[in-house]
Amino acid sequence: MTLAGDTLTISVTVNGETTELTVETRRMLSDVIRDDLGLTGTHLGCEHGVCGACTILLDGRPARSCLMLAAQADGSEITTIEGLASTDGTMHPVQQAMHDSHGFQCAFCASGFMLTTVALLAAEPKPSRERIRRELSGNLCRCTGYQSIIDGVETAVALIDTEGSDR
Amino acid sequence: MKIPAFSYHRPESLDEALGLLRDHGDDAKVLAGGQSLLPIMALRLGRPEHLIDIGRLPGLASITVDGRGKVIIGALVRHAAAEGSTDIAGHAPLVSEALPHVGHTAIRTRGTVCGSIAHADPAAELPAVALATDAIMVAESSDGVRHIRASDFFEGYLQTALRPDELLTEVRFPPWPDNTGAAVSEVSRRHGDFAMMGVACTISVADEITAAALSFFGADSIPIRATEAEQSLVGRQPDGDAFDDAAKIVMSTLQPGADLHASAAHRRHLAGVVTRRALAEATSRIGAMA
Repeated sequence: MTLAGDTLTISVTVNGETTELTVETRRMLSDVIRDDLGLTGTHLGCEHGVCGACTILLDGRPARSCLMLAAQADGSEITTIEGLASTDGTMHPVQQAMHDSHGFQCAFCASGFMLTTVALLAAEPKPSRERIRRELSGNLCRCTGYQSIIDGVETAVALIDTEGSDR
Repeated sequence: MKIPAFSYHRPESLDEALGLLRDHGDDAKVLAGGQSLLPIMALRLGRPEHLIDIGRLPGLASITVDGRGKVIIGALVRHAAAEGSTDIAGHAPLVSEALPHVGHTAIRTRGTVCGSIAHADPAAELPAVALATDAIMVAESSDGVRHIRASDFFEGYLQTALRPDELLTEVRFPPWPDNTGAAVSEVSRRHGDFAMMGVACTISVADEITAAALSFFGADSIPIRATEAEQSLVGRQPDGDAFDDAAKIVMSTLQPGADLHASAAHRRHLAGVVTRRALAEATSRIGAMA
């Protein structure tokens, strides 16, 4: 059995790329994403599951990367904010819509909101405003008062609808 | 904060997990979804020396319905999987009613049904659902298996009848009775937050009310049944008068505490509100299930 301070080699697929990493068993997935993989778009706010800034997609569903040991992610597929835009730099419709509708101000919370939105629209392409509010209730924003973010989600719905894109 | 140091164990079989619990039980915590345990550690409210990660154990992630309609939920069934289960919606509808209230979507991706019950937060929905439905908790250890009734399971704030060497491997919900509706009603500051007051409710009606369960969360140090109010409903018509009377009894018998979020008087008021709402909603759902 592994002991404190011990390490474990895990395999994770992050934004489509499979990587083997040796991690201390005590470390959180959020820290490994930021410090070992250098993907600093995943933000750390509260580090105890309340603020939602560290939200990633874990096998397609939103999850708090600060509430998972990296060891628990062994074998999973992870999408971070860096994985949303195309390789040519074209923004994901959710990113484009948030940009167009000035969804965020300081944007510390942005990655968590946008990844949660991507998962929501995959499950429910045309959510009601009420459903959007409920699904985003686990993400905190201290700038906007949320209206512009919810408008941004509705803009994304319209954008995806006109593009006929299922991204 | 970063979580305090611990020894990490990742058993590959149930026997190995139970052996680890036997050896380290007093200083160990079981890690499944980690959505309650890891925040507690991050806040340094708990410092277990050993974490036993049961995430890889085979055979614990299943939802089964037996021939009699009993629903068996394994230790690794995530809230999200339970939420999408038609078996649970059909045969344990009170569980389905509760799940959308459990944390937020991202929490339900990782959190488990059995984990919520073993953690026994008195403001959480699923312990109250277990109590309302007379669920059975299956506790395994290297000494054998115990079946613990919900009424004996919740002992105090975050305290259950599970021994340190036991793992909650299953929760079993009894067959859903005929002509019975379910509802969960709660008031929280933000959707997905712990309830200031909530109730998991069932009501059975055949010409008149034949049975009712009102199981409160956020009301005491454990989930608590309002038995006097439940009994007051039996034999009456399922209408506003009966629900009002039950709500009055609830408000006079519950002894909720006060905290930062709500005074005791406000909580007592909310107990009446959620009682009326849940009874009406549960009644309207009779026949819509299964």
